[in-house]
Amino acid sequence: MSELFEIDNLQIQARKEDGTPIPIVKGVSFNIKAGEVVALIGESGSGKSTISMATMAYCRPGLEFPGGEVRLHGKDVLSMDPLDQRDLRGNNVAYLAQSAAATFNPAITIGEQVTEAAVLHGTLTQDEANQRAVELYRALELPDPARLGRRYPHQVSGGQLQRLMAAMALVSRPNLLVLDEPTTALDVTTQIEVLKAFKKVIQEEGSAALYVTHDLAVVAQIADHIVVLYAGEVQEQGPTDQIINNPKHPYTKRLMAAVKPTPKAGMGTGGEQENEVDIPNIEVRNMTAGYGRIVNGSPQITVLRDINVKIKNSHVVGVIGESGCGKSTLARVIAGLLPAAKGEVLLDGKKLEPDMKNRSSEELQNVQFVYQMADTALNPRQLISDIIGRPIEFYRGLKGDDRRAEVANLLRLVELPVEFAERYPSELSGGQKQRVNLARSLAAHPEIMLCDEVTSALDSIVSSNVISLLKKLRDQTGVSFVFISHDLSTVGSFADEIVVLYAGRVVEQGPVDQVLAPPFHPYTRLLISSVPEMRIGWLEETMQKREMAVGIARGVEITATGCPFYNRCPIAIDGTCDTTTPPIHEPMPEHFISCHCTMDEISAVEAAPQQVLHGFEKVGVDED
Amino acid sequence: MTDTSLGNETETDQGKTVYDELPDAPPKKKLKLSWTGKIGVIVVAFWIIMAIIGPMIAPFHQADIIGDDSFMPPFSATEDEGYHLLGTDYLERDIWSRILWGARMTVGISVVATLLAYLIGVTAGIGAAVKKGWTDMILSRINDAILSLPTIMLGLLIVVALGSSIPILIGTAAIIYASSVFRIARAYGQEIMVMDYVESAQARGETIWWIIFREVLPNAAMPLATDFGLRLVFVVLFISSLSFLGLGIQPPAADWGSMVRQNLEGLQYGSLAPVWPALAIASFTIAINLIVDDISAKSGGDLAKKMI
Repeated sequence: MSELFEIDNLQIQARKEDGTPIPIVKGVSFNIKAGEVVALIGESGSGKSTISMATMAYCRPGLEFPGGEVRLHGKDVLSMDPLDQRDLRGNNVAYLAQSAAATFNPAITIGEQVTEAAVLHGTLTQDEANQRAVELYRALELPDPARLGRRYPHQVSGGQLQRLMAAMALVSRPNLLVLDEPTTALDVTTQIEVLKAFKKVIQEEGSAALYVTHDLAVVAQIADHIVVLYAGEVQEQGPTDQIINNPKHPYTKRLMAAVKPTPKAGMGTGGEQENEVDIPNIEVRNMTAGYGRIVNGSPQITVLRDINVKIKNSHVVGVIGESGCGKSTLARVIAGLLPAAKGEVLLDGKKLEPDMKNRSSEELQNVQFVYQMADTALNPRQLISDIIGRPIEFYRGLKGDDRRAEVANLLRLVELPVEFAERYPSELSGGQKQRVNLARSLAAHPEIMLCDEVTSALDSIVSSNVISLLKKLRDQTGVSFVFISHDLSTVGSFADEIVVLYAGRVVEQGPVDQVLAPPFHPYTRLLISSVPEMRIGWLEETMQKREMAVGIARGVEITATGCPFYNRCPIAIDGTCDTTTPPIHEPMPEHFISCHCTMDEISAVEAAPQQVLHGFEKVGVDED
Repeated sequence: MTDTSLGNETETDQGKTVYDELPDAPPKKKLKLSWTGKIGVIVVAFWIIMAIIGPMIAPFHQADIIGDDSFMPPFSATEDEGYHLLGTDYLERDIWSRILWGARMTVGISVVATLLAYLIGVTAGIGAAVKKGWTDMILSRINDAILSLPTIMLGLLIVVALGSSIPILIGTAAIIYASSVFRIARAYGQEIMVMDYVESAQARGETIWWIIFREVLPNAAMPLATDFGLRLVFVVLFISSLSFLGLGIQPPAADWGSMVRQNLEGLQYGSLAPVWPALAIASFTIAINLIVDDISAKSGGDLAKKMI
């Protein structure tokens, strides 16, 4: 194989106000051969996206290339004149951004957007481009390839949109495909679907790819060669096999340690404390909630149906499920941000008003909500000392020096330097902001904290740091946590109990070690087997399993009757599962599974060899 | 975690290398004006100082008829009175002196009127965004009614009905321009109201005043300040056009708008008399826009830097 792309001692820098350079990328060199997938790994801030953009001779405003070369077929692209660079971007290198939802124009049809670049650059005529797009839709296993181009972006799912972006990039047959964290924002199940399609299409098209991510487990599935970056420097590079199985550099080892383990019973620290009082801290009884006007006790759009959850004192309850299953809605109902339509929420045995406006200051203080995005949860115009200090003053009446001392205490508790009190949120990194976000909730001295996907927006190292902080806080403060996440391994390592939500219903709940051990609800099983393992060949193996074939092909659908998981379930019983609400089994005390199959039937399926059943492969390619 | 500098490898006691979390963004830069912005600041500062001390340093009184002739060219001198830097106007008055006197009228009235417009518009606009529901509905419909009337017609109507005095001019301009400020403030307010930090303050049980002044207003301040500059320009032009029609500042008091109108006939004689006050209006309004552009470009630049 010849060298397609050579990145030779690439340097990129920003400048301070006085003109002194701040190096961002400090002399990075690696090569990409034709048809090879090279992965750039590193945490946020390591310069991986900046390098990936340099392959298109582009850098963000304020940055410059002081030295080094990026050669395509031996020709430096950085020193080309702008017109040639434009041709380069249209014909030779294609870029896939992280968020497909933000990349597509909602007002233009998919087909038009997918073919636009190729037609604009004159590589293909509109007809050829349309044909090529249909081929690609087929290769990417998108539903209804012939008519897909006429749809609008909001009419397809997130995973499909991500694949469409790949089609957009591949239309003009680029030599190099740059993928910038294409699966980071996706659910585990969607991630598999997208990875599988990417891998297939890259092999079929034979184009080289530069895959930028922080997730080693994903890289193990797709890359041939790995480049490990830290602070703008290459720490280690080599074939995937060597980096994954035999990492040399300490930083690579550090990254390996942050990879999420496969969720299984006994993985976590939870589930051992039984020293609490019996009264649950928070109890949710027969709760139904949703959006829109409430008619006869049920909202126009029902998101949650008949939820019963108990959260014991100083316990951590993990809530998992894919996006759209109602996890955040559950937390918002408990916090009173969204009043429930039916049912009740009890705090220490006392009924809470459904709407937070009617709750007393003390009740508000005791239930604190921690937002997912620290960026929008912290007021950019307030100092950290005000953000953390306000709840201290508001709920606990501390002022002046007392307040300052308490802010310093809280900063120390979340392992931030005390000097940060005088900074604004924009002067902090993502992980640091998330710590401030936690400190603000802790400042109220709550009984329970509702953490909504607090680690989802962070990369693996930062998020594992935040998780260990949360473990520490649980042990030191005795606060109960509701921990919402779509990431089963994070929840498994941290929670005492797990609630599995699917399409607004609890399908399984119980102590962590029982939920993560057989017998599983088929949905729990799907979630567990979707978590990527850091093992080469894992993706292919997993796709062989039949529950994957069905489970991955379809998305979450909220149904009014029967079991909501019916259309994705490998052991669904026609005529029963789609019409009647499943009974609740209790295989162990306090462990509930909601399924029509008996525990024996569920166990039997788990013991059977996981082969693709005939007929199931087709499920993915249905009309809608 | 304790090391926040860009160098990230720190040695621990065990001699092992620890990798700290990398910062996402470099520390924020302080707002610094470019050279165009600095020019803007100098010009605006000049006119504001002139508004204060102008009449004291002006060579003549605004109403003094001193020239030998009307429409004398710049740099001409009269025998007994002295030197006319910018010449004389149609009534043989010194133009430079009248521009200095007029600064107080034009700049002063428009700044006061714009401030008043902002006070009314921002309070009502953000209040509507925060309260929502009926409050928002009522305020918005009243505002729509005011907006639907042509500004100059509404201004003429009020001035004709109530007479032309400085407080009435200020009040008229303030009410007319408060309605556009209301719309902008409400739009920004609504945008900010859906942010998590506002919801978090509401969930804490904060009062509406805390939410308006501590959560919403500081975040709307930058775009509103940008708009303030533009709005000030509109008010200057509004007062000038009322004066141009003869309903604004009444003679013999000088203001830049009426000076343009009164001296228009001078153009037929090749006199520059109407050009000077026009230049004064232009320099003031352009200078404000230079500052505004600079501020908004800088805050946009910060956004760009955050994304690196």
